[in-house]
Amino acid sequence: MTKRQKRMAAVAALVAGLALAAVFGFTAFRKNMMYFYTPTDIVEHKVADNARLRLGGLVTVGSLKRGDGLNVEFTLADCEKSLPVRYDGILPDLFREGQGIVATGQMKDGVFVADEVLAKHDENYMPPELAKSLKTADGRHSCAPFKSVMQAAN
Amino acid sequence: MNWTWFHRLGSPPSFYRFAGRLAPWLGGLGLLLLAYGWYAGLVLAPPDYQQKDAFRIIYVHVPAAAVSLSLYVLMALAGAVALIWRMKLAEAVMVATAPVGASFTALALVTGMLWGKPMWGAYWVWDARLTAELVLLFLYCGVIGLNAAFDDARAGARACALLAIVGLVNVPIVHFSVEWWNSLHQGSTILKFGKPAISADMAWPLYAGLLATYCLCGHAILRRAQNELLLRERNTRWVRELATELGGGARVS
Repeated sequence: MTKRQKRMAAVAALVAGLALAAVFGFTAFRKNMMYFYTPTDIVEHKVADNARLRLGGLVTVGSLKRGDGLNVEFTLADCEKSLPVRYDGILPDLFREGQGIVATGQMKDGVFVADEVLAKHDENYMPPELAKSLKTADGRHSCAPFKSVMQAAN
Repeated sequence: MNWTWFHRLGSPPSFYRFAGRLAPWLGGLGLLLLAYGWYAGLVLAPPDYQQKDAFRIIYVHVPAAAVSLSLYVLMALAGAVALIWRMKLAEAVMVATAPVGASFTALALVTGMLWGKPMWGAYWVWDARLTAELVLLFLYCGVIGLNAAFDDARAGARACALLAIVGLVNVPIVHFSVEWWNSLHQGSTILKFGKPAISADMAWPLYAGLLATYCLCGHAILRRAQNELLLRERNTRWVRELATELGGGARVS
């Protein structure tokens, strides 16, 4: 091998080695890269009962109940399971039924009590007229981006 | 295969002239496309059904984020060529790309934060996409800093090339983070398999803006690479002749 070919092999080996290390590392720590758990993880008791965590899912259509002041109760669902959520605070502008959200808090007596709610927008953009004509798209996000952490880890 | 054109382009004086001819065209085309893209995107395009006018940040945010990744790949490729073939031009291109890439990475982060507060409810969260993009900014800054730390430009370029290649592993992580893991950041709108998830009257200004940003980056990198070549080759005959030609003093140092 000429010197140039040796350098070429060294660069290729560096890139391949790093890629392999990244694949192994991120596969091993896949669980820890997840920003939130989903209702399925909680319902199936895959998380410690009183752990403080982030919970992501879609606000179930027809489940939103407004109480006194800023108090709200609603059901949060991924593609499989759902969980009641209680929250007392300011909601983001995008919050509505059918919207994806990420709530931070912990489980208390079968209800997820949140102290922060963030809206998770999806990747679809369209004018209002089009949204109205597409009944499925209007106000309803896909549950696909809410991946169960425990299923991903297996 | 005939490689004469490649070797000619790789020689600093030929590239200097080639870049000098190409750069104004790229800059002009970029400005025209940007004028159309911004006018059509910020004024003509309809508001989003849910985000209303706030969605218009994509006409700045998405092109900035796209070039932040593309320029990193360019920088790492130039670094690999510099390492393997010891090509001076590749070193200049790599060093010229870093500040442009860093600026657009910062722009993507800042516009994302300004959009995040009203839409998500938070300026910043440590999800996979945001964190990986921040790491990208640190990698760019690392290359800039490392290059500045060397007195010998060629030794500096070799160190930078190594860092740029090592950081390349972060590029797919930024792009696929929203698919591999749960994140607050939404998935890709246009760079994905299947139909783009954006209506046509919103998409065309975005495509124009993307192309415009690539052209303007090309312009900036060519101009910076020209300067870098002049600096690195300041003691050679072609730079001295160029200086004399331009009517300045014969000494450029």
